[in-house]
Amino acid sequence: MTKYETVIGLEIHIQLKTKSKMFCRCDNFSVKAEPNTNICPVCLGMPGTLPKANKKAIEWLYLLGIALNGKIRDGFQFERKNYYYPDLPKAYQITSSTDKPVDGGFLELEIDRETRKVELDHIHLEEDAGKLVHGGDDYSLVDLNRAGTPLIELVTKPDIRSPKEAKTFVQRLRAIVRYLGISYANMEEGNLRCDANISLRKAGGKLGEKVEIKNLNSFKMLERALEYEEKRQSEILELNKKIIQETRGWDDAKGKTLPQRLKEETQDYRYFPEPDLPPILVGKTEKNGEFLIGEIKNKLPELPAEKEKRFEKEYGLSRADAKILTAEIEIARFFEQTVGAIEETDKSAEEMRRYAKKAANWILTELFYKMKEKDEDITKIKIIPFHLASLIDLIESGQISGKIAKEIFNEMYETGKEPENIIKEKGLEQITGLEELEKIIKEVISNNPKSVEDYKKGKEAALGYLVGQVMKETKGKANPQAVNEILKQKLV
Amino acid sequence: MKLNELDIVQAAEGLKKGEFSSVDLTQVCLEVIKKLNPEINAFITITEDLALNQAKESDARRKMGNSRGILDGIPVAIKDNIAVKDYPTTAASKILENYITVEDAFVIKKLKEAGAVILGKTNLDEFACGGSTETSYFETTKNPIDHSRVPGGSSGGSAAAVAADMCIYAIGSDTGGSIRQPASYCGIVGLKPTYGAVSRNGLFAMASSLDQIGPLTKTVEDAFIVLKELAKYDEKDSTSNKKGEETIQKIVDLKGVKGLKVGILKQGKVANVQAGIKNDLEKAVQKLKAAGAQVTELNLPILDYALAVYYILMPVEVSSNLGRYDGIKYGYSVALLRDATEGQASSKETVARNLEEVYFKTRAEGFGDEVKRRIMLGAYASSAGYFDQYYLKAQKVRAIIKKEIDDAFKKFDCLLLPTTPTTAFKISEKTKDPIMMYLEDIFTVPANIAGIPGISVPFGKEGNLPFGIQVLGPEFGEEKLLNVAKALEEADG
Repeated sequence: MTKYETVIGLEIHIQLKTKSKMFCRCDNFSVKAEPNTNICPVCLGMPGTLPKANKKAIEWLYLLGIALNGKIRDGFQFERKNYYYPDLPKAYQITSSTDKPVDGGFLELEIDRETRKVELDHIHLEEDAGKLVHGGDDYSLVDLNRAGTPLIELVTKPDIRSPKEAKTFVQRLRAIVRYLGISYANMEEGNLRCDANISLRKAGGKLGEKVEIKNLNSFKMLERALEYEEKRQSEILELNKKIIQETRGWDDAKGKTLPQRLKEETQDYRYFPEPDLPPILVGKTEKNGEFLIGEIKNKLPELPAEKEKRFEKEYGLSRADAKILTAEIEIARFFEQTVGAIEETDKSAEEMRRYAKKAANWILTELFYKMKEKDEDITKIKIIPFHLASLIDLIESGQISGKIAKEIFNEMYETGKEPENIIKEKGLEQITGLEELEKIIKEVISNNPKSVEDYKKGKEAALGYLVGQVMKETKGKANPQAVNEILKQKLV
Repeated sequence: MKLNELDIVQAAEGLKKGEFSSVDLTQVCLEVIKKLNPEINAFITITEDLALNQAKESDARRKMGNSRGILDGIPVAIKDNIAVKDYPTTAASKILENYITVEDAFVIKKLKEAGAVILGKTNLDEFACGGSTETSYFETTKNPIDHSRVPGGSSGGSAAAVAADMCIYAIGSDTGGSIRQPASYCGIVGLKPTYGAVSRNGLFAMASSLDQIGPLTKTVEDAFIVLKELAKYDEKDSTSNKKGEETIQKIVDLKGVKGLKVGILKQGKVANVQAGIKNDLEKAVQKLKAAGAQVTELNLPILDYALAVYYILMPVEVSSNLGRYDGIKYGYSVALLRDATEGQASSKETVARNLEEVYFKTRAEGFGDEVKRRIMLGAYASSAGYFDQYYLKAQKVRAIIKKEIDDAFKKFDCLLLPTTPTTAFKISEKTKDPIMMYLEDIFTVPANIAGIPGISVPFGKEGNLPFGIQVLGPEFGEEKLLNVAKALEEADG
């Protein structure tokens, strides 16, 4: 493999989660809808209907363009891509792939502690087609719920050098898209779709024949398919054979890419400007354009890279922790909401940072562990940031021990209940009554003469053992620090 | 005078005075339609129940003192490429023979709001592709003045219906002259408004950047009345222009031509224009001068390219707009034939064995020759390798034509041209030679290319065959155009 350099380019389709479709007012959310229920004469391509462009979708296109450092052109003209397929009601797709609204751009990745800048070719906006559901041998069913969903297509330059880099690129892009709040960007659900072009060349040589891979429905499939293809192509080249330029589909069960049977002839899409839609104009003031880039820029939220830096600075988190916490907007949000809930309790800056670190630890260890164990997504879990903050507060104020806290946390994760309620229900209140605690400690001292002696001889570890015994007797409900103090006093 | 022979102003007056009811008026029109349509073939569908209901409602409103204005209760015929809900809209094509319309066109909504009585859907060239109504799947319409001749097209059914007094007025669409040319051939008024003045929502698109809906009427005043009803901004049509509504609703009445500068285009005087038309054009100039207009000659050689540009851009849009008629969702489909013949040992050629055959056979059987010709022309002119030299070049020339026309309107208020080089030709005279047919559009096409308004006013006759003179106005200059048209109308005869 070392002999060859891998060259990968990606074409990524991102379904936008606008309220309505790209060119009609149909509900754009039809994941759970019955087939052919989110439709209207416009997206059905009935005769006499006209498209009306969704401004939000255009604004979001530019938002992504700005976030990815692309060059925003003065405007663009929607165009028609003409072809026949049952899922394409008008027999043309309205797109902007030749009159590109956003040129170039790049996305910075960090892989193995090295920063890589992947160059983009362009970003454009189009409408999605419907879906075919293949029935028996002699028929297929058409579902047009998806027809007309706004779709951003992002095309990279052949600038990606490894399957891992490709996967990281898509992951990072997904994070940004979610930060922008413009798409659910879920590969498994098809609202983030990716085709990959891959070729091999001798280091520095001219580009080899490329193979397009389709049917990549998860990050894992993307990486595996590219790794497979990298190997397949290098083996062919090793034998001095030629790579056939073709489209191959990833067969996940077989772990192979297989040639897709496509028509020999290349399609002529006969692109031409969409006469039903006037040009989209971008300007600095309302006089020279409907879309004002300055205003759209102002809507740009904090992106992962900036958030990561702020987390480091503001909360004193390590870079690694900040990176993980900011990789997904939902996790970053969970963290900040937890810290925010603690903040309400009027802490000093230094205390705040300490709390923030605790919150980070809970999320990165316990919460992540649970999510992984249950194979759950942060958007699906029952536990809420405010409750995690309460839990941290209970520990910090010495009302519960760390051990009890974990027990409570597990219960919180399972049920979504407040920690206070769990404590009450399970009788996990800390034994703060000095009298009761002293009684137990007395018993422990009298039951463990050897350890008492050891401690008095100077063996510090013996104290730990005694504390443990007290905790055991109290079923963990004692405050370990208090136990420590009292024991020391009694043993002097 | 029979009720069906009235124009809008007269009919409205009679309704107002209670001389007759809308039901009376509607019934007379329906009777005439039933009597003449078997011969003239102006209507594809007669919507008798709709018309009578609307007429009754109109009469009831009038009784209650809630009449909605001048068009309330007045019968209209609608070109059958404009959607009228719950009734067939066929676009005169086999492919939509049994298509029932799901929504009213924007203009139909406006007409219904105004209380219009819809008599039926009129014949046209298939998908408005033609200039004689001969390409209709439902057979040609005959010119009411001479049944051996075409009424023109594509709005031939609408023009014939008005000329034969089967209705009080009609609605048509004009992509390259489809309102003005049949108006000229049938001796009535036909107006194509500025592109964007009237919403295209619900018009079964032929060429989206050229199509415009407009009225065919018995008088210029009527055309003005209907225009006011149609020219409303439609936010659902992105090419609908607020300026249309603003400028047209502001027009109060037609004041004459005093002081208006009218340019007479040299193209109208060339050799292939019928002598009678040329002579009458000269008469028109004299009459306009007498009415107080300044008329001077103008040479705009760029207009000679308009027809060539049109026959590249229009087919490209046609080929794309007609793609949706593919036998999958609605309309004629050979796939349905397969289902119908399933189980039978049928090996009919029309039965499709796969998806590709559904497309090919549905379209081969569903479309007529002229539509297919334009689809092929358009596919060719927009295909990879030819796009630049045809489509793109034509777009560039279109921009130049538009600019030169706009510039001309800096010096002139209106321009004058014959509507057509000839009077109505014989049925089948030009069907074998499409180019001859296309040449009939030579004077009407520039208005569509430039997006400006144009009106044909009946002016003279060659023998018994009428012809119109065309007035072109600047973008949203409908007021000036109507004033000149009115002056020509008054000068007629």
